[in-house]
Amino acid sequence: MTAPALPVETAQHPAPKASAGKVVLEVEDLRVHYLTRFGAKIQAVDGVTFSLKQGEILGIAGESGCGKTTLVSGCMGLYIPPLYHTSGDVRIDGQSIVGMTPEQNRKEVLGRKIAMIPQGALNSLNPTRKIKDMAADMILSHDERADKKTIHDRLRERFSRIGLEADKVLNSYPVELPAGTKQRCVIGISTLLNPKVVVADEPTSALDVSTQKSVISLLFDLMNQEIISSMLFITHELPLLRHVSSSIAVMYAGQFVEYGTTEQVIFDGRQPYSRALMGSMLSAEPGQKSRKPVAIEGAPPKLDKPIPGCRFAERCPVAQADCKSTDQVLRVVAGRQVRCKYSDTDLIKQVGGDA
Amino acid sequence: MELVKGLFKIPSFLFGLGLFVATLALAFLGPVVLHIDVQNRVGDPYMAPSAAHWLGTDHLGIDMVSMLITGLRSSLYVGFLAGVVATLVGTLIGVYGGYKGGLLDDILTVATNLFLVIPTLIVLILLSSSMEKGRSLTLIALIIGCTTWTWSARAVRAQSASLRARDHVALARINGFSTFEIVIEQILPYLLSYVFMVFILQTATAILTEATISMLGLGPYDSISLGKILNDARTNEALIGGKWWAFMPAMVLVTVIAFSLYVINTAMEGVFNPRLRK
Amino acid sequence: MTDQYKFEAKNVSRVFGHGKKAVTAVDNVSFKIKDREIISLVGQSGCGKTVLAKMLLRLEQPTAGELLFNGKPILATGEPRNHWRQVQAVFQDPFSCFNQFFTIRNQLKASFRLFEKKPSPSEIEERVDQALLAVNIKPREIDGKFPFELSGGQMQRMLLARIFILKPQVLIADEPTSMVDACSRASILDYLMKLKEELSMTIVFVTHDIGLAYYVSDSIYIMHKGKIVEQGSPDEVTQHPTSAITKQLLEDIPDVHREWIARGAPAAAG
Repeated sequence: MTAPALPVETAQHPAPKASAGKVVLEVEDLRVHYLTRFGAKIQAVDGVTFSLKQGEILGIAGESGCGKTTLVSGCMGLYIPPLYHTSGDVRIDGQSIVGMTPEQNRKEVLGRKIAMIPQGALNSLNPTRKIKDMAADMILSHDERADKKTIHDRLRERFSRIGLEADKVLNSYPVELPAGTKQRCVIGISTLLNPKVVVADEPTSALDVSTQKSVISLLFDLMNQEIISSMLFITHELPLLRHVSSSIAVMYAGQFVEYGTTEQVIFDGRQPYSRALMGSMLSAEPGQKSRKPVAIEGAPPKLDKPIPGCRFAERCPVAQADCKSTDQVLRVVAGRQVRCKYSDTDLIKQVGGDA
Repeated sequence: MELVKGLFKIPSFLFGLGLFVATLALAFLGPVVLHIDVQNRVGDPYMAPSAAHWLGTDHLGIDMVSMLITGLRSSLYVGFLAGVVATLVGTLIGVYGGYKGGLLDDILTVATNLFLVIPTLIVLILLSSSMEKGRSLTLIALIIGCTTWTWSARAVRAQSASLRARDHVALARINGFSTFEIVIEQILPYLLSYVFMVFILQTATAILTEATISMLGLGPYDSISLGKILNDARTNEALIGGKWWAFMPAMVLVTVIAFSLYVINTAMEGVFNPRLRK
Repeated sequence: MTDQYKFEAKNVSRVFGHGKKAVTAVDNVSFKIKDREIISLVGQSGCGKTVLAKMLLRLEQPTAGELLFNGKPILATGEPRNHWRQVQAVFQDPFSCFNQFFTIRNQLKASFRLFEKKPSPSEIEERVDQALLAVNIKPREIDGKFPFELSGGQMQRMLLARIFILKPQVLIADEPTSMVDACSRASILDYLMKLKEELSMTIVFVTHDIGLAYYVSDSIYIMHKGKIVEQGSPDEVTQHPTSAITKQLLEDIPDVHREWIARGAPAAAG
């Protein structure tokens, strides 16, 4: 197993200080499938293993359809048909959550041990209710006996800590607040119970670049204040993870294809898919106008039947004749886990630069 | 299709549907299986239920089962016709106003609200009492339809207005679709489940409305309806005389139809209205 | 021919509502768009760029000022269809752009209704096939398919296929890449370039990402609160920004790219 390094400190964001503490989330050879309406079994997560330590942020990158969101549901124990647990284990704080009933899961796990910041954060607020009522629901759902005063004090304290004018914001309806504040409220509400692990599923993808930046710094803030202790950050923008996570897993067709430190995956990717994801980046650098960003044609495979050989071979720009015949397993190359036969050859370096 | 399948897994929906299908069966298979005769007396007035006449006879001595089945058919006819009229008028006005917005919407909304405050029952009573002879079942159904469409118009307008801002509507516009085509192809299909629910509700309301005015003695002159049976029972002292078979079965039937339709509607709303889902 | 612009805006404003509730979405904006040019409207959400784009599309009318298309007022083309024959659009969310009740192919075929002379049914089929091939999709692959059966990137290419069918003079591309994966983004931008090169199209590219704007455009307009706060060539705007807004937009792009280049990561760079 690779030991992911500490978060990278930059001038831009004061990254959270990693305590490199004990393991909070352990996922072991997890396999999750769902059934389509025609009864086909889609193995959307196919043998994923990783662990998350206290104070750590793991970035999970991949395009839509690669299994990121199913993996998230799996990690949260949300096995609600048509989604089913196939095999493997998920443990939070040492306690396995895969066998729980939805009822038990909702009571003991969700919100308290693991919480999700919803994808469409801005649309997840009910427009007809005040912020404080929605926030109070979160507390009441786990502690039915909490009295009004306690709740009120707790909300005020928490909302001020995340940099909001608590009294004003709590008494507002969502429409009365600017987008940035709403975003903060959503994050504030989902982390009210100090969950051990926060899952941020594409928290920034629908936002403009400036708002993206403020969302990320808020998440860091929460970590620095020890309101949340570790995070899974899901995105389709691999480059974004540069200043976010300490380690990165690149996912493709239900499996990790590369799993290492941020430094390793971003600047020295050893898998054509992760390199292509980096190469698709565009920026306003002089001279970059003539550079042709990498486009990966096609879409991830459907996974309704087993795929022989490397799952990326179909779309891989440097695929070799033997790639489609040999199954690829995760192996350690240059200090990280990677799933590609040619990881340690120069062939790989042809991907990600100018076409 | 997924949603429709899901619908058939909801117990309350199945219950409502079963109940409604049973009443339909009674109305349409009844005359095939049983001997129906509402013209001739089969015995004395207010004969108690017996093996020959399961629900006895009415104040004229006509078989009650025959009366009920005929009345049920009339009630369903009124409900269906008024439901169609109200849904059509209401949907058209609602969709158009919601999609177009602006002045047209304002005018249609004012018109809708005007109709909304006109109490259907009073209009019906006034019209009915002024037209002693021309009061056919069809006319009553049309009047009910034309005065209750406001409910569907309001429900549909809100939905339509929210669809207006969608990109496929903008794309249809720059594809050169006319307003009418946009309403038919881009807005209505998204509202179909909704319109169907509205139709069910309008039907139930129409059946109840017809029963109410018939019971007041202002029903159709040309047909037997459930409301008319109740009126006959009332005016001929069945209630005082304890002749329960003359009014109870008709009351139960009206209640069952309306109730089953409301149950179906509520179950469908739970499935089709995204805001109520979960 | 004299120096004619595709679009010319003279002090254009768009105000929504009136009285105290009036909101100025576009505030006294003037610009000129040359033929066969890709211009970018860049700004944060709510800066008025989409409203401006809708005005160019004749889906919104200015409340003040003048908007010229090919030197004539935009309403002078008479029937809106005449305008839409020449000015077309792709929108942000490809899924919501298609009606879920019809097949994609049928919806592509609906574009032909804009043609003054509608081609024969067999020619329509053939031209749809050609348009699909132009965006690298095998025509038979989408036969009988409905919008929800394709991926976001594929759907966005369907919107572009529509443009290949209609071949307008001007394309308004409103955030066409913000809902697609990073992998598909580059190919969408490439198709925009292809439309400009091969079909001599003028393109108005609306985006919040100045990095993308830099990559595709010949000229950039930065918008903020309804006003154009800076304009110039991509190099001027990104290398020597004068407005604080532009500087902020540039600063907010994750700076990983510079580092990535510096470390020589793209082995074949240069």
